[in-house]
Amino acid sequence: MQWLLDLTPDEWDAVRLSIKVSAVAMVFSLPPGIIIALLLARGRFWGKSILNGIVHLPLILPPVVTGYLLLITFGRRGPVGAFLDQHFGIVFSFRWTGAALACGIMAFPLMVRAIRLSIEAVDRKLEAAAGTLGANPLWVFGTITLPLILPGIVAGMILAFAKAMGEFGATITFVSNIPGETQTLPSAIYTFTQVPGGNAGALRLTIISIIIAMAALVASEVVARRISRRIDIE
Amino acid sequence: MSLSVALRHRLGDFRLDVAFESNGRLTALFGPSGSGKTSLVNLLGGLLRPDEGRIVADDRVLVDTSTGIFVPKHKRRIGYVFQDARLFPHMTVSQNLRYGRFFVPNAERYSDLDGVVDLLGIGHLLDRKPGSLSGGEKQRVAIGRALLASPRLILMDEPLASLDDNRKAEIMPYIERLRDETKIPIVYVSHSLGEVARLATDIVVLDAGKVAVSGPAPDVLRRLDLLPAEERSEGGVVLDMRVAGYDATFGMTALTSAAGEIQVTGLDAKPGTMARIRIRARDVIVATERPKGLSALNILPGNVASIRTGADPFADVLIDCNGQHVAARITRQSSDALGLQPGLPVFAIIKSVTFDRANTTSFAAGHQAPQDRTTSEKVG
Repeated sequence: MQWLLDLTPDEWDAVRLSIKVSAVAMVFSLPPGIIIALLLARGRFWGKSILNGIVHLPLILPPVVTGYLLLITFGRRGPVGAFLDQHFGIVFSFRWTGAALACGIMAFPLMVRAIRLSIEAVDRKLEAAAGTLGANPLWVFGTITLPLILPGIVAGMILAFAKAMGEFGATITFVSNIPGETQTLPSAIYTFTQVPGGNAGALRLTIISIIIAMAALVASEVVARRISRRIDIE
Repeated sequence: MSLSVALRHRLGDFRLDVAFESNGRLTALFGPSGSGKTSLVNLLGGLLRPDEGRIVADDRVLVDTSTGIFVPKHKRRIGYVFQDARLFPHMTVSQNLRYGRFFVPNAERYSDLDGVVDLLGIGHLLDRKPGSLSGGEKQRVAIGRALLASPRLILMDEPLASLDDNRKAEIMPYIERLRDETKIPIVYVSHSLGEVARLATDIVVLDAGKVAVSGPAPDVLRRLDLLPAEERSEGGVVLDMRVAGYDATFGMTALTSAAGEIQVTGLDAKPGTMARIRIRARDVIVATERPKGLSALNILPGNVASIRTGADPFADVLIDCNGQHVAARITRQSSDALGLQPGLPVFAIIKSVTFDRANTTSFAAGHQAPQDRTTSEKVG
């Protein structure tokens, strides 16, 4: 057990960074995730299937491709990256924020899918009933729709977090593998496998990865059960 | 309260083209499945936008396509009780009940939680979740939820249709109390003539998207020929009578009116109060002489007012019993054999056992069903 916790400072950094990157990716992709899921589930507009395709693209493309696309758009010289740098001082390339962006984009389709399914499962008759009771559309969303899709939102968040924890290809392509800045758990494990005698370190981080993933799953299970008990679907 | 409706709406191949007015406390929209009842209430409640037309409730224009007025459903203040109660599953009964209250300005709130809970007998359910309620309990909570939004009009779309007979019997008295004790007008959709005859003060009969007939309940119910074919055997007349006495030995209640005296069973009412009884046309026997040695207790003398015959083997005979009418559905063969013709003195014979709970309803003295209004009938 001691062997497992005997991590070098660099390894601790990788664990902490992975959790931070995944959490930030999960939180920041939630609001656009809900909006896009609503658009895809309820919206009727031209180009809906194109939007759907774009959202799902990171799931289908090789992660390296996504990472490269991020590099040429959000890199310092990329159109979006240069704009953000000049006007807001926000830099993504070779920073942990870039890792979070890459993880968020890679996890986005999973989050949208989970939320969209739960929105499609909401009985719209309940929303109509709330309307006849005097609630305007915004109130209906806040008091009926949102509470009913909460399990889907939680599931989407957990999925996004787990996906972000495991993200490797897009991250390493976009922000490289800098210890203490962009070296997440998968990158650290990869680094260990590239040097002689790195097996023990790789195994340690692998076990830690498994523990974090399991903890996240158990936590989501507990939260989901609590919510579904509160909702008490017939 | 007046409700004035003139609408034209198309849903796929179905065309709804209706116009009616009602001042009743409980206006029943009655007709077979597919006659457009639910579309009509959805248009009233603002769940559908009509292609063309006007809805005015209490001098308030809710819809007028000619001037572009369409009040959205959350601003209509119309309480909608759905066939499937549609309670919010993530809220307790108490939270469900209070939901609509929040959206009503203080000055316009007239219903209070305790009063409604008491009226509907749902006090013991307040902390439960909808998932654990029976169908009848859910429907009562749904009615309470609509009431607590202090609506100006209540719509009920077949609130009893998904319930079994026992549950129906459980809810019916609450709807009667709602009709008699609150001032909120109710529009009640049903395809069951039994329910309509018991509850309605006014009836609008829909058939294939059109109004077949509309008017006060007693007048409409007499017109057997205008009722949907499958409900025709349930048709008949409604008489408002005074409770004259109760015979505990036999468990019989005597009722009187201008037509004469009638003995019924299963009526729990104080002498002096009014009771409404429904006499189904198929339960009435017509005799040209006062019969003797007959088990039937109710024999009302009268004159044939009209005989209506059609292509089917039936004859619908309307008998004028001293100003009140009794309808009888007999065969054309019997009609011929008896030589029935308008003006002929006859006797209407009704078995007391044909009155069951749904056919007899007592209501408070002083409340008279409208008798003087005329039936408006749409030609073509």
